[in-house]
Amino acid sequence: MTAIEAGHLVKRFGSVTAVNDVSLSVPDGRIFGFLGPNGAGKTTTMRMLTGVLTPDAGNVRINGIDIHRHPLDAKMQMGVIPESSTVYGDLTAEQNLHLSGKMYGMPRGVRDERVSEILSRMGLGEKRHLPVRTFSKGMKQRVSIGCAIIHRPKILFLDEPTSGLDVQSRRLVTDTIRQMNGQGSTVFLTTHNIEEANMLCQTVCIINKGGIVAQDSPERLKKMFDTTQSIEVSFDRPVNGDLFTDPGILRAELCGDKWRLYTENPDRILKFIVKEAANRSLGITSLATSGPSLEEAFVHLTECA
Amino acid sequence: MEVPLALRGILVITGKNMRLYYTKPPVLMFGLLFPLFMFLAFFVGRGLDLVAFFPAFLAMMLFFTSSSVGPLITPWEKREKTYERLLSYPVTQDSIILGDISAGVVFGMGISLLVWAASAVVVPLPIVNPLLFGVAFILGTVSCAALGVLLASPASDSPPNVMILSNLIRFPLIFISGIFVPLSHMSGAARALAYCSPLTYLVDLFNAAMAGSSAFSSLLDCGILIMVTIVFIVAAKVIQKRNLTKGL
Repeated sequence: MTAIEAGHLVKRFGSVTAVNDVSLSVPDGRIFGFLGPNGAGKTTTMRMLTGVLTPDAGNVRINGIDIHRHPLDAKMQMGVIPESSTVYGDLTAEQNLHLSGKMYGMPRGVRDERVSEILSRMGLGEKRHLPVRTFSKGMKQRVSIGCAIIHRPKILFLDEPTSGLDVQSRRLVTDTIRQMNGQGSTVFLTTHNIEEANMLCQTVCIINKGGIVAQDSPERLKKMFDTTQSIEVSFDRPVNGDLFTDPGILRAELCGDKWRLYTENPDRILKFIVKEAANRSLGITSLATSGPSLEEAFVHLTECA
Repeated sequence: MEVPLALRGILVITGKNMRLYYTKPPVLMFGLLFPLFMFLAFFVGRGLDLVAFFPAFLAMMLFFTSSSVGPLITPWEKREKTYERLLSYPVTQDSIILGDISAGVVFGMGISLLVWAASAVVVPLPIVNPLLFGVAFILGTVSCAALGVLLASPASDSPPNVMILSNLIRFPLIFISGIFVPLSHMSGAARALAYCSPLTYLVDLFNAAMAGSSAFSSLLDCGILIMVTIVFIVAAKVIQKRNLTKGL
């Protein structure tokens, strides 16, 4: 069954076409990553999928319900965490969760139980009676997530949910996504954090300049660019880029105390490095090869389009 | 299934607005203090008959209170970045507009009834037509609250700008509407202007209900108030839809 289905979505703002003929389909129970650089059209697409914006053309179905014909029925199926949107600062964490539960028509008893459960899971039990305006960004985001999942939605939309969060809050968010998915929810995750998408998503869709440029599993997307691999090497003393003169090295990047070398022939470059290290009396402290990353695929797809 | 969901959305939004916005300083200032000060400025030391003046004062109170909540809500939500979340709940923009109007209606009705009841304890305030009095209360609060929501529509995310805009429109309405100068004492351009203000018909309706005398038929007053309410709601809907993405 298809949880989210969008066909030929178009959205224009004046003379700018923010989203141009976007179609996508998310099967039930999947974690679907929606990636793209800033200004690619991710948030506009998500706003159309969640019924916040009306598309100029195209249609959206949520669990088979046309969201623009039956917005309320469709919205009952979903929980949404908008990118920059927050919860009510003048209300306490508990009041925000109750308000959200009321919006979804949850009876008082069920709501009480669920609010306590979420506050405890989000580590906010002791701060439940404090106004949210006194919370840190991470704590506000936890309340925001709680508001979106209070009714155990069948589909969860998250727009850049970990942006600007500390490690603990980020982990809590990713754990919640996995947990919701484990309980059967479909997750639509908009992000520009490629590693996050790589770790969480079964399918990744890349949007650039308002159009979809690729949609597949992270591993298959990586294999689209499997001609390029990388080697990471570090030495016992600093070296500069002049060392890497072999024509088989396509690009050399200094990453912290390591060099990352991109090549189509790792065997040749490995031998070159070992030989050069011996010639210059350099000790190799670490040496590793890796296949193409999702980041590489992303860069290729968004640069070429 | 959509109708009960829509009604529930309106009720929840109304409750949320009541909890969040009734105690905001702009609402207290422009909804409570202003009409009180205007009444005192006009009435004190002039030897006016409070009973004769009361229908106009009640209309002014109802106008200020009912129209003070609406202008604040949407700009405040946009500034605080809660508007997109609100739109993503099982509500429509229509539900949000109606919820905002309802919050203005409850505020206006509550405060104005309280003022009327408190005043009735001090001075005898006759009501010659209780049914018409009730109708005037309901139509007055709904139309003024709808005006308040309409005043919030062009704004993006700046509550102070909206409050300035709303007062630029509300104050002239007060002065041209037969509140301080009865309609029967007006002539020429002043009278023509008074005909343009919906508040004129509300004052007239209160005069009919409380004193038994009015310039127009009560049916006409009610018809005009219903019509302007519909116009305010439709205009608010159109403008808010056009400005939806501003401040999201």
